[in-house]
Amino acid sequence: MINIILGAVSLGLLWAIMTTGVFLTYRVLDYADLSVEGSIVMGAAIVAKLITGGVNPIIATVCAFAGGLAAGVVTGLLNTKLKIPSLLAGILTMIALYSVNIRIMGKANITLLKSETVFTMVETIGLKGNTGVIIVAVVINAAIAAALYWFFGTELGCAVRATGDNRKMARAQGINTDTMKILALALSNGLVALSGALIAQDQSYADVSMGQGAIVIGLASVIIGEVIFYRGNFLNRLISVVLGAVVYRIIIALVIEMGMKPTDLKLFTAITVAICLALPTFQPQIKAKLAKILPQKKEVK
Amino acid sequence: MSKVLELKNIEKTFYAGTVNENYVLKNLSLDLEEGDYVTVIGGNGAGKSTMLNIISGALMPDSGNVVIDGEDVTKLKEYQRAKYLGRVFQDPRMGTATHMSISENMAIANRRGSKRGLKWGLPKSEEAEYKELLSILDLGLENRLDTKMGLLSGGQRQAVTLLMATIQRPRLLLLDEHTAALDPKTAAKVLEITDRIVTQNRLTTVMITHNMRDAIKHGNRLVMLDAGRVILDIKGEEKQNLTVDQLLKKFEHLGGESTLSDRMLLG
Ligand SMILES: Nc1ncnc2c1ncn2[C@@H]1O[C@H](COP(=O)(O)OP(=O)(O)OP(=O)(O)O)[C@@H](O)[C@H]1O
Ligand SMILES: [Mg+2]
Repeated sequence: MINIILGAVSLGLLWAIMTTGVFLTYRVLDYADLSVEGSIVMGAAIVAKLITGGVNPIIATVCAFAGGLAAGVVTGLLNTKLKIPSLLAGILTMIALYSVNIRIMGKANITLLKSETVFTMVETIGLKGNTGVIIVAVVINAAIAAALYWFFGTELGCAVRATGDNRKMARAQGINTDTMKILALALSNGLVALSGALIAQDQSYADVSMGQGAIVIGLASVIIGEVIFYRGNFLNRLISVVLGAVVYRIIIALVIEMGMKPTDLKLFTAITVAICLALPTFQPQIKAKLAKILPQKKEVK
Repeated sequence: MSKVLELKNIEKTFYAGTVNENYVLKNLSLDLEEGDYVTVIGGNGAGKSTMLNIISGALMPDSGNVVIDGEDVTKLKEYQRAKYLGRVFQDPRMGTATHMSISENMAIANRRGSKRGLKWGLPKSEEAEYKELLSILDLGLENRLDTKMGLLSGGQRQAVTLLMATIQRPRLLLLDEHTAALDPKTAAKVLEITDRIVTQNRLTTVMITHNMRDAIKHGNRLVMLDAGRVILDIKGEEKQNLTVDQLLKKFEHLGGESTLSDRMLLG
């Protein structure tokens, strides 16, 4: 049991990086970006191709991040310069990346079983299995959260947040909202690709279909994090997103342990997200009902 | 006296060539001198907001030119013109970032017209300045710098938006019925703040209003738009002595195409 939990935590921490990317677009930029389904695979594809080609795993991972940045820029340009609606722009990039990813890998999947990865590298200093993954992932997540907290406090970062908050106001204040969108999409997809690159190295394979449903997993994690952990400022939000991704993986591990078919997981996730997204709509009614049931003067929340 | 704004032969048609074709601005020209505080009135659909949107670059004219301080800005994008303009909108939600704090909003506005880089975006050193500005509003906001904008009332938001529009002195302040969404008492208060900010900073200002009394009471020049044209332009002493009755008579005399809405008459 403890191993199942540790496995879920390590996987959750790797997916947390992609969740942070989803958080950047979905929450900060207010943009539902579907290209992440392609860029997570892109990260895996680039890292697998480079590592099997003999490139140092760390350099390969950085290249994967850069590939994700580029994918985000493409989505951003489709949306801002060609005026393609945001959902469609993301779908176009996602579909295009499917072909691109197969071209990168040269086939539909690559195994990394016999290759050096960032995780085999830390094994050589004695951090084996889940412990090694967890430590590496915690360090990376902490570095990302710190970097993002700093960035979104800068003038440029504030301009991105204003763009996500109120495009009209941002333009009236002289902010080039198109550039800010592209910037945020690039950052987001870069993180998603980085996540894909690490997941591939952890699982020792890259597969062209491993991104399926990634956006929903990301959203579920963001929402779980907000519901359970979010209190207060921006740094707190970033941390709650990471914790949300971990909790999501633990929940999944538990329901599988309880006998749910792995192939039903996506249905389970989709229903969870649908319920969470619908909550605000029904909250007043739920509150009213609760108030009837609990007539004492207690704050219902 | 130098001209701050020149609108030259502006034409604007929406949905040109379709059944919904709507010819809104018809060869509209208007000049603003330094220090002009112009109130603009006109019936629904007269083209007042369209005119302001063309000045700000939110809309592009079909033909004609927008010149600010002698520079032709017709081709500049909305965000590029922002350095010259302060703007407050009718909808109190439009002028601020609702999920950001008062001080974050002001810090963003304080950087209008300058490049935004990787310097810290909310320096503690600026907070004293924001507090002082907010205290002028006399709404108690100076002690709520960290409050999220979305938690403020419409009137409070419009007041803060006014500060944001003017914290970097704009060449031209554009107000589009910025008190229309407020209750009468709050509207009066925001108008009074507007007057104070405009006179203290001697800002060249265009203020659209639905309310004839407000249009007469505020500013030093009154322009009436009707069906996309300027049909009245009253300045100086004549504006000082203007009454609602006179204004109505003038309008009838000119035979304006649109009817003045009830809201406009009663205000
Ligand atoms: N972005 C737009 N797209 C299409 N039509 C528009 C647009 N903006 C304004 N119009 C149309 O142009 C006409 C003039 O609108 P405008 O908003 O300028 O009037 P207004 O004088 O500000 O009126 P109101 O007093 O109601 O605010 C209206 O018929 C309106 O429907
Ligand atoms: Mg209008």
